[in-house]
Amino acid sequence: MQSYDSGAAPLGDSIQKTLTDLEVTIEANRCLNCYDAPCMRACPTHIDVASFIGKIATGNLKGSARVIMDANPMGASCARVCPTEELCEGACVYKKDDSPIRIGDLQRYSIDWLMRNDDVKLFEPGTSTGKRVAIVGGGPAGLSAARDLRRFGHAVTIFDARDELNGLNTFGIVPFRLSLDVARWEAREVLKLGVDVRAGVRVGVDVAMDALVAEFDAVVIACGMGGVPKLGIPGEDLPGVWDALDFIERAKLGREVGDLGDRVVVIGAGNTAVDALTCAKRLGAERVTMFYRRGEEQMTAYEFEYEFAKQEGIEFRFYCAPLRVLGSTHVTGVEFVRTTIPPDSIKPAPVHVPGSEFLEPATAVISAIGQSRLTQTFDALGIAMDDGVVRVNDELQTSRPGVFAAGDCIFEKGMREAMVVEAAEQGKTAASSVDAYLRSGAHV
Amino acid sequence: MADLRSDLAGIKSPNPFWLASAPPTNSGYQVLRAFEAGWGGVVWKTLGDPIVNVTARFAGLNWKQNRLIGLNNIELITDRPLDVNLKEIRECKARFPDRAIVGSLMEVPDRAKWRELVKAVQDAGVDGFELNFGCPHGMSERGMGSAVGQQPDLVERVTSYAVEASEIPVIVKLTPNITDVRHTARAARRGGAHAVSMINTINSLMGVDLETWNPIPHVDGMSSHGGYCGPAVKPIALNMVNDCARDPEVGIPISGIGGVSNWQDALEFLLLGATNVQVCTAVMHHGFAIVEDMIDGLSNYLDARGLASLNEVIGASQNKITTWENLNLNYAIVAEIDQETCIHCSKCYIACEDAAHQCIERAVVDGVAMLRVDQDHCVGCNLCMMVCPVEDCIDMVRVENNLPPESWKERSARAALVSP
Ligand SMILES: Cc1cc2nc3c(=O)[nH]c(=O)nc-3n(C[C@H](O)[C@H](O)[C@H](O)COP(=O)(O)OP(=O)(O)OC[C@H]3O[C@@H](n4cnc5c(N)ncnc54)[C@H](O)[C@@H]3O)c2cc1C
Ligand SMILES: Cc1cc2nc3c(=O)[nH]c(=O)nc-3n(C[C@H](O)[C@H](O)[C@H](O)COP(=O)(O)O)c2cc1C
Ligand code: SF4
Repeated sequence: MQSYDSGAAPLGDSIQKTLTDLEVTIEANRCLNCYDAPCMRACPTHIDVASFIGKIATGNLKGSARVIMDANPMGASCARVCPTEELCEGACVYKKDDSPIRIGDLQRYSIDWLMRNDDVKLFEPGTSTGKRVAIVGGGPAGLSAARDLRRFGHAVTIFDARDELNGLNTFGIVPFRLSLDVARWEAREVLKLGVDVRAGVRVGVDVAMDALVAEFDAVVIACGMGGVPKLGIPGEDLPGVWDALDFIERAKLGREVGDLGDRVVVIGAGNTAVDALTCAKRLGAERVTMFYRRGEEQMTAYEFEYEFAKQEGIEFRFYCAPLRVLGSTHVTGVEFVRTTIPPDSIKPAPVHVPGSEFLEPATAVISAIGQSRLTQTFDALGIAMDDGVVRVNDELQTSRPGVFAAGDCIFEKGMREAMVVEAAEQGKTAASSVDAYLRSGAHV
Repeated sequence: MADLRSDLAGIKSPNPFWLASAPPTNSGYQVLRAFEAGWGGVVWKTLGDPIVNVTARFAGLNWKQNRLIGLNNIELITDRPLDVNLKEIRECKARFPDRAIVGSLMEVPDRAKWRELVKAVQDAGVDGFELNFGCPHGMSERGMGSAVGQQPDLVERVTSYAVEASEIPVIVKLTPNITDVRHTARAARRGGAHAVSMINTINSLMGVDLETWNPIPHVDGMSSHGGYCGPAVKPIALNMVNDCARDPEVGIPISGIGGVSNWQDALEFLLLGATNVQVCTAVMHHGFAIVEDMIDGLSNYLDARGLASLNEVIGASQNKITTWENLNLNYAIVAEIDQETCIHCSKCYIACEDAAHQCIERAVVDGVAMLRVDQDHCVGCNLCMMVCPVEDCIDMVRVENNLPPESWKERSARAALVSP
């Protein structure tokens, strides 16, 4: 069987276990086919879960894959990186007995079938409307918008700053959770519908936004977020200090990352931190330790990621904030201070505990304290933002008429999550809004 | 995409999936919902003199985790006035002119009464009739349903009453509560029927409540036999459909009913000679939406095999059924266990050891049971493959014995020649 899940060699294979045919049969037949199923409601893209599982049970794998891909153009990556225990599987009626249907695994089973059957054609482009739409950024959000816009019959051009599509799916998520092959296959599926791609073009730098607005009938901004922000402490420019995204990308693409030494310190506790931690460990670093200035409960990584990191032998240190990076020609350590969160504070912010400073030896430091906002880009695009988040209405229209936005660039804590599946849904929503806008004639 | 359009004796529908005459087709509201979901046709809940039903009415057979592998009912025909049903039939036909609406009828064997009922329902715009000669309980005590369907001469006579009054195709729905269904099917044809449908429900008694010793279901402590349907009856229905499909004296199209739950079941009915299928229990269990995968699955199956329409499957396996005496005695297969996928449960071992021919060898190595077939003694009965929980783990493989095909009929004829 052809496998799309083999990781880059030194990083080892996929952590997802492929279900045996027996497990698939049992699992698919166990699904109750609930009416108005809670799993479907919990999925941000509202995949009709009971339907795709029922089709697996009847051996209709093409139909099953279609149900998934119809609702979610990112069905392949989502079957690998979605925090299913917080989404569909968390809502399954069997969850109460702690035995939810393994929806993510079954979804992967269906899509794996699709990946092996390259001649199967699920979707057709719609009848041409003669309208042209530009998409800025070909990550999950941009690709999803492109797929649906093509089905609506609009011509689509994707501009992407990188030489390959699928954004963080290609460059960001570690290969043992999402391989390059899967990310590439997923982008190809969208391109099959006939999409013009301008790779290596930075909108706002190489091409002006006004040129896009003049050339196209509508624009979708899906440029995601930026790199890891500066720690803002002395010594962070020393050799041996890494931006986590840069680090993961090099490792994923099989490029040189040099010798990490035996003591790797990772700062941060989100998705990126976990990927950096496990990646460093798999590259052979002996001790890999996460340092976080808050407690275990405040970690932003998903439960499954935390569990996975523990299994990979990662160590965790909570309530520690970095003060400076030590070393003269190369990093040798980090000075930390212990923190505490005052119990009565409304927005719990950690405060330093005086006199608790300590030195942690390190052969490499990886900063994974989140992603910065592309404020310069948004300025250049001439769209309004709030705290670096592109401002949109319910239809995902930005402050500029005819310009819509989707994905991580509109991620806002407590409002919208930064997840592949959310990016996919927003991409679909943006496509529907663009379609309504173009059909209303408002753009002429 | 394959053409799923279906034509049963002139009754056309966009797909071969009809709802059987039963609770799901009780009212216009339900039929409209069914059509919205995609059903190709419906056979309206049997019309006749409205009756009074009892409570309770149904009971289900569960098997381990699986609910409703069989369903038993003591419900009768429609309990709603004829004019209300006819008004709703008109409305449904107007909203969905491309779907088939068939009027199911039941009446005592009286020519004038049949004429009156046929004319009234025909005026409502139905595309055909289905004569309910099958209901095994209640109605039969009043001289209708299976009381008609169990007597070939009555089937023929009553069919002719309906056919002579009707200007549209007439289907006769047959009861399985009879020794050989071909006799009543032939009688329907002699009476002028354009098609037959089968099976209606099978006489059954669901069980006894071990707490109260009451029958299940019970009506104030008592019960009567009911009609059995659902997935468990499919093999019985397939056999009856195929018997009729191969019988030249029947010779009219067949609508297959009994345990159809998905597109795979439907295909089996078509391959064995049915022109379309009707469904009741699966909808009572899961709702109208199941037709979506029935259509999708069937269509994908036909496409994957490059088949353009249903005509290419209807009856395609029909003549692969014959009498036992014609089967090839020299065809030999034996079991083979795939060691890669075996989960070492030893189910095949104990089945063969206790109930077949003692030819699976079992060796426990490091606490794990290793299973191997002694192919010299295996008689190729299939039992181990059937009990194995892993799909395709036990395969029945052909043994080449270089013997020409020979049936029992041929062999006994040869023996008779040798020793006169
Ligand atoms: C390490 C890591 C692990 C993660 N793990 C998970 C996980 O397990 N599960 C999950 O659901 N999510 C995870 N995420 C989040 C997920 O990857 C993102 O939410 C998702 O990729 C957002 O999609 P997007 O299309 O909005 O942005 P991106 O994927 O960031 O794509 C944006 C695209 O825009 C392009 N671009 C940027 N600026 C310009 C410009 N000016 N002109 C042209 N093109 C431009 C970029 O090159 C890129 O291709 C993870 C993220 C990271 C970093
Ligand atoms: C509750 C119930 C009521 C039924 N009523 C009728 C009826 O009025 N007329 C009729 O022709 N068949 C009636 N049937 C039989 C069904 O139409 C059908 O022949 C049978 O259920 C087999 O199909 P299935 O296995 O898909 O359920 C009834 C079945 C059930 C379960
Ligand atoms: S909630 Fe669970 S049991 Fe119900 S349809 Fe969804 S996966 Fe199946």
